[in-house]
Amino acid sequence: MDQLIGYFLYFCSLLAVGGIYSLIALGLNVQWGFAGLFNVGIAGFVSIGAYTYALLTTDTSPLHYGGLGLPLAVGIVAAMVASGLISAIIGVICIRLRSDYLAIATIGIAEIIKLVLKNNSEITNGPRGINKIPRLWENFTEERFYNDWPMSWFASAETWQSIFSSLPRWWWQPCFALSIIIAVYVVYRLLEKLRLSPWGRMMTAIRENEPAAHAAGKNVTGRRIEAFILGSMIMGLAGAVLAMHLRLIEPTNTFDPSKLTFLVWVMLIAGGSGNNRGAILGSFLIWVIWSASEIVINVGINVIDDFTNIHVGILSTRAGYLRMLLIGLLLQYILQKYPLGILPESRPTASSKT
Amino acid sequence: MWESFGFEFVNFYFVPGIVLGCIYALGAIGITLTFGILRFANFAHGEVMMTGAYVTWTIMALTGALFGWALHPLIAAIPSVFLMILVFFVVDRFFYKPFRKAPTIKVVMASFGMMLVIRSLVQILWGPNQITFVKGIAKPNSFIRELTGSMDMMILVPNKHFLIMGGTVVIVMLLGYLLTYTRIGKAMRAVSDSPDLALVTGIDVEVVIRATWIVGGACAVAAGVFLATDIQMLETTMGFRMLLPMFAAAILGGIGKPYGAVLGGLVIGLAEELSSYPWIGDAPLLSPGYKSGVAFSIMIVMLIVRPSGIFKGRTF
Repeated sequence: MDQLIGYFLYFCSLLAVGGIYSLIALGLNVQWGFAGLFNVGIAGFVSIGAYTYALLTTDTSPLHYGGLGLPLAVGIVAAMVASGLISAIIGVICIRLRSDYLAIATIGIAEIIKLVLKNNSEITNGPRGINKIPRLWENFTEERFYNDWPMSWFASAETWQSIFSSLPRWWWQPCFALSIIIAVYVVYRLLEKLRLSPWGRMMTAIRENEPAAHAAGKNVTGRRIEAFILGSMIMGLAGAVLAMHLRLIEPTNTFDPSKLTFLVWVMLIAGGSGNNRGAILGSFLIWVIWSASEIVINVGINVIDDFTNIHVGILSTRAGYLRMLLIGLLLQYILQKYPLGILPESRPTASSKT
Repeated sequence: MWESFGFEFVNFYFVPGIVLGCIYALGAIGITLTFGILRFANFAHGEVMMTGAYVTWTIMALTGALFGWALHPLIAAIPSVFLMILVFFVVDRFFYKPFRKAPTIKVVMASFGMMLVIRSLVQILWGPNQITFVKGIAKPNSFIRELTGSMDMMILVPNKHFLIMGGTVVIVMLLGYLLTYTRIGKAMRAVSDSPDLALVTGIDVEVVIRATWIVGGACAVAAGVFLATDIQMLETTMGFRMLLPMFAAAILGGIGKPYGAVLGGLVIGLAEELSSYPWIGDAPLLSPGYKSGVAFSIMIVMLIVRPSGIFKGRTF
């Protein structure tokens, strides 16, 4: 039984992280799939969302600014707004230039954000990061939440305490995973609606034939900036959820560009850029492959350890880089052989409503 | 005057700025040529720099262990240059060439992927930890110190900095000769200025592309080795750290303009070092932690004010 619960909880965490990646990939899909904007600063926009959420919602702490202890929803909305604001500045400057410049500028802004987070120790606690970030569902078991409204309206602190002590310790895990899946679904439905709306069709027109769209009187730059901001806001949301999931964030390893930016690109390209369902499918697929490859490589190392005298210490420290190498080659392979991805983009027909 | 202002300024801010600028300049030459001739921002360039330095170190260590030679980094860099040019050829053939006719963003994406592939390969082969490139503390050149000291303006420049500055001057002069007087150099400039016109006049674009990788590869290895000589160690992230300043230098100088890249590199290098000089009061003008933000700010300002750069390069 305990083992079954263990598998179930592992499945929950796979779902949760896969869902977070799906959110980022959906945001990237708005930028790249809809508008053809090449953003390689994903880690930066996600970290802005995560830090905004963390600083606004954590309890007061002497280590960093505030800990304002605001409601979780406020933190999530603020994370989206902050990420959107940063992207608006970058977008206004770089989007009128060719995509290469946007790529350089986004990779630059991600580095600058990392520098700011690392160096402003009095606000962000620098490289040591922020911890005890409230996680949705689990936070209800914390004293400051059940003592305060809205939870105190329904029951007294003692009642809440007895309810939580009667539940198994892991009760919040499936709830948390489910909430992320619901968030992914809501974002997906909204984006599908947007894709089929006049706005979405205009985006496709601009991406496919910019001069024609321009000649038809469409505000090309304006639409692109809108798509860029919208995508970054979704990344900011994903950042807030990531902060919840990790509970401890710091500027460098948490937001490692090779694990966030690069992996998300592989997910979107593999799943099918321009297709929202493809973005979600790609995220879960690549995430499962990524997690499974860790297990496979560890098993392989153990086999080598059992049957040979090779010193495996070096192997296990370098296995992570081998995974990165293989994922990189996978990206090159998909780019050349299957540029459309698993689920290619399907254009809405003139009359389709679904 | 010298005691209160010049000594500190020249020795601790100006000379290191020039040295850093030389390294940026050499890296930016490759980036600007690739951008001008192949028309894409090569994100893998910094990683080739880094790999070149690692290969150079390996050659030094191997010859030291096998034959007991203590090779100078610059000599060990020669085989490394050939190897890195080969790497560029292989990467171009298998990962960039399939996208020659496709929209350029595809090849940018491929180069972004190559950046991680090359880096993880280096991390697998050499491990993620820092490696000491040259041992010991670099002492200032005693001849210059005594000469300038007797004139009451002591200048402390270690030999490694002379090596970097001198090496850069030689390489840039060679490059100038190549681009101005040789057939292939003229063809490279022609393709960079107008690819269609170059094609009409019978220039073989594939040959020009190969020449671009050779020049870019040689400069990249030189930049990597100089960087390793300067900081005296090897890190797998040092290529990525150089990438943004090098792009900034290329854009500042004008895309496709090698001299622009050299000037841009020097400006960026100086600006980064001088930004932490205490211009106002005693505190550094900008905390040294933000040094690498300077290059980015210069690049952003340039993109707003004059995207074609100082030397009127291409804009896309």
